[in-house]
Order: sequence, then C-alpha cells, then structure tokens
Amino acid sequence: MANLFKPSANSAAKVSLLSLAGLPVVLFFTGSQISRSSANTGVENPLSQPIPFSHQHHAYELGIDCRYCHTGVERTGYAGLPQTETCMSCHSQIWTNSPLLEPVRKSYETGEPIKWALVNKVPEFVYFNHSIHVNRGVSCNNCHGPIQKMHITYKGRNLHMSWCLQCHSKPEEYLYSDEKNPDLTPRQQVFNFYLKLQTDPNGQQMGPQEQQLALGNEQRTTVKDLVARGNELLKQRGVKKAQLQDCAVCHH
Amino acid sequence: MNRTAVTKVQRALVAGSALLLLAGCHQDMWNQPKAKAQSKSDLIFADGSNTRGTIPGTVAFGEAKLDREFYTGLDKDNHLIKEFPVAVDEALLKRGQERFRIFCTPCHGEQGNGKGFIASRGFTQARPVGNYHTDRLRNMPVGHFFDVITNGYGTMYPYRARITPMDRWAIVAYIRVLQEAHYSDIGTIPASERTRLEGMKADPGQDSPPELPIGAPPDRMLNSPGGAVREVPLGRRAGPGQVVPSAPVPAGRGTVQPVQGGIER
Repeated sequence: MANLFKPSANSAAKVSLLSLAGLPVVLFFTGSQISRSSANTGVENPLSQPIPFSHQHHAYELGIDCRYCHTGVERTGYAGLPQTETCMSCHSQIWTNSPLLEPVRKSYETGEPIKWALVNKVPEFVYFNHSIHVNRGVSCNNCHGPIQKMHITYKGRNLHMSWCLQCHSKPEEYLYSDEKNPDLTPRQQVFNFYLKLQTDPNGQQMGPQEQQLALGNEQRTTVKDLVARGNELLKQRGVKKAQLQDCAVCHH
Repeated sequence: MNRTAVTKVQRALVAGSALLLLAGCHQDMWNQPKAKAQSKSDLIFADGSNTRGTIPGTVAFGEAKLDREFYTGLDKDNHLIKEFPVAVDEALLKRGQERFRIFCTPCHGEQGNGKGFIASRGFTQARPVGNYHTDRLRNMPVGHFFDVITNGYGTMYPYRARITPMDRWAIVAYIRVLQEAHYSDIGTIPASERTRLEGMKADPGQDSPPELPIGAPPDRMLNSPGGAVREVPLGRRAGPGQVVPSAPVPAGRGTVQPVQGGIER
C-alpha cells in the first residue's frame, strides 16, 4: 500500500499543532484589540447630536468659560449639561432664525429637555466625581481630549479602568503647577489654561505638561524634576496616594 | 442505567450549565435601574426627565430661604437693599471677579462697559447691554444688581439657576469695584501699582472689538433663509494688544456649509 501522506505532511502536522497552541494567544490578542478599538470604546467618534454644537467655536474661538455652561463641575460630581435657558441667554439674541437652533427654541417653548447623545459614560458601578479632580488640578483635557479642537464633541479617552489607574497609581506624574501663575489655586489653573490657549493655541509658552494638554495629550510627564515637583504637589493638595487605588475610592 | 450513559448525562449537564454561565453576562450593573442627574427616565415621569422642578408653594428640604435680604436683594417692604447682607472682604471680591469673568464678561465685558465679546457679535436689541458706568447704574442700590442677576432684566436671562446666592453677592461686590475703579483718579493709586499699570498695554481685543459697520444687518439674519449677506470682521477674544481675526463668516442665502466632524448644517 502506498503511503497515504507525503513527507511534507510531517511539516503540515507540526505547523497545525503549533497554530492550535498559538490560537488562544491570537484570540486573546484579537479580543483585547477589539475591546480597545474605537469601534468598541467610541474614542474619537463624533456622535450625531440634535444640534451640531461646537466646543471649538464656543469655548475656544469665542472664549466662553467652561463653567458658563458646565456650572456644577467645580462643586458636584456631575459636571452638568446646561439647561436650555443657558443656550437661550445668547441665542435669544444671536442666530435667532437659524434652523440649526430650532431644537433649542422648541425646548425653551415647551419645557422639554434637549436630548443630547451621551458622549462620555463610565459604568454605573463607577462613581466618578468631577469636582475632586478639578479641585486637585486635573485638566478637563486630561480625560476629555482636546476639547478646544472639537467641532462635534467626541470621546477623548477610552475611560477603561486600566486607563484610570495609570494616574491613580502614579499621580505624581500628572500633577503640575502653572509656575508662571503661582497665585492660582489648582482649580483656577485648570480653567486659566483655556484662557491662555486664546493667545497660545499650541501651548508654546506653557509648561511641558500644559503643552501636552494643548496638543490633546494627557498631562503626564516622566521628567525627573517634574515628577519630584508632582510629589510635592501631592502633599500640598492633600492627595492621599496610598488610598487612590482602593476599590472603594471609585466603587462605593 | 449503565455507567457510560450516566457519564454522558453528566457531561451534557456540565456543558449545559456552562452555557447558563453565558446567560449571566448582562449589563444591569453597567446600566443600573437608578436615576442619575439629567438622565432619561421612561418609567417614572411622563415628561421623560428625572429632574423635578420645585413645585410652586413648596420648600425643598434644607432650602428654606428665610433671609429675605440675602436671597432676594429686597427688604421686607420690597425695596432694594442698599447695604450688602454679607461681609465684603478681599476673598469675596476675588471670588466675585472670578465669577464675573465666567458669567458676565461675555456680554458686559471685562470692564463692565457693555462691550463683551458675545454682545459685540450681534446683539441688536433696542437697549444696549448694560454699562455699569452710567449714572443710573452707579446710583443703583446693591439690591438692584442682585435682583437683576437673579431674575434677569430686559433681554438678560435669569442666572439664579447658574450662580449661587453667595456668588451673586460676590459679583455685585465686584461690580462696585469696577464702578469705583472706572472713575477713580490715577493719583489715588499707590505709586508702585501705578508704575505697574502704566507698563501694561491697552487691551483692544478684550473690550473694544471691531464695531459693526453702520447699516449692517442684524446678526440674526446671517446665513438664514432670506437673510442678508454681510461680511463683518469679527475679532475673537485675544490677549494684550492683539486682535485675532477669526474665519470670515460664511455668507450666502441659506447656503449649506459643511462642518468639520461630518455633520452637515
């Protein structure tokens, strides 16, 4: 009887065995990449909104303070979307016939809220608090991406737990102080950054960490001196690093 | 029942229970049946909103506003109060300055002269935006400013939902500072401060944006069907001695302008 398999079948068998062993690794890698892809996380994916509101226009080109609309961001957990009254404070005077703003006018007339598409969401077993982050000097851009460059708002970071933990494990790499404006509290520094962007859009005259924020990156640094300064700031601002990774800090 | 058959049944059970584990994958910890701020509610209230406004005639727990002067700027006879109901110190003024810059400068300008960067972009009401440096407003009791912030005035919308009462008083105190500073004599400023001030350049970008040309159609007609065409140089908020021109306003009769981000106007 002739041989059923040619000698090359040996190689084929070995390769297929090896592939089988490698399959879990490939599957794991593919899965993790899919999970991190913007198709899953929605990062940098502008959502359709009832009104094509532009942060770039309002916050950067015009220079309206973040807090004019997000009034709760300094003192509550939830930054808050503006009520229709806030939109109408200007748009009762400007662009009053614009068809784009019809949903705003309708909402104001009927009292029915504008239904925005939710851009940033953490799972509901996570209790994220805006005010504590802003009051310790974590910039809006650190977690939301380059808001001043967004026409239609998109999610800037994936908001995965591993992403949160980067800062919660090494906060000293993130905290910075605006050395040119030492009188500012960390909270004021967060918002003053946007005022500075008006004349310095790429942050060329800012400190290295603010420059990163201007470019849309996180305020992270690994430069030794800056990390040492970050460690000082941890003490000054009362950040208890040892507790930052406790489960109950975010899952209470 | 023979031994092999039992094993098969057991295997089937184990495999079945493993499938049941998959049924445990659900999202109800991610999306919990609770009302979060400004989230949608399909179950509880007919209007789909979780947030309830205050029912007229009721007082929310812990929010009794017993101090009439503090919360309304009016005394018991409904007259505007002339004295601050809070202690005015440097901290309050600094807070007032910060809040003023957030909420008031868009229309009233950094100096309070009514030439804010938003108002200058096409507010066309019959009465101009309030200028704090008129005799009328300089002689107004403090209660007036508090009342206007709280309830609005003319075309100005109420800000009571956005600014806390304490912050409103801080803003009123800062308005008094602006009024005082506007008419103060340079001689009353300490010499050291004077040198510093004289070294500073005027800031045309902030408070003197380009004036609209005479006869320019109102901004509300811009780019709207049947609206007039106009090209007005618009200056955006800029630092000392600098006006940064923004992109020219798209002109045309209801033209469709693509917006970055893939959504069409």
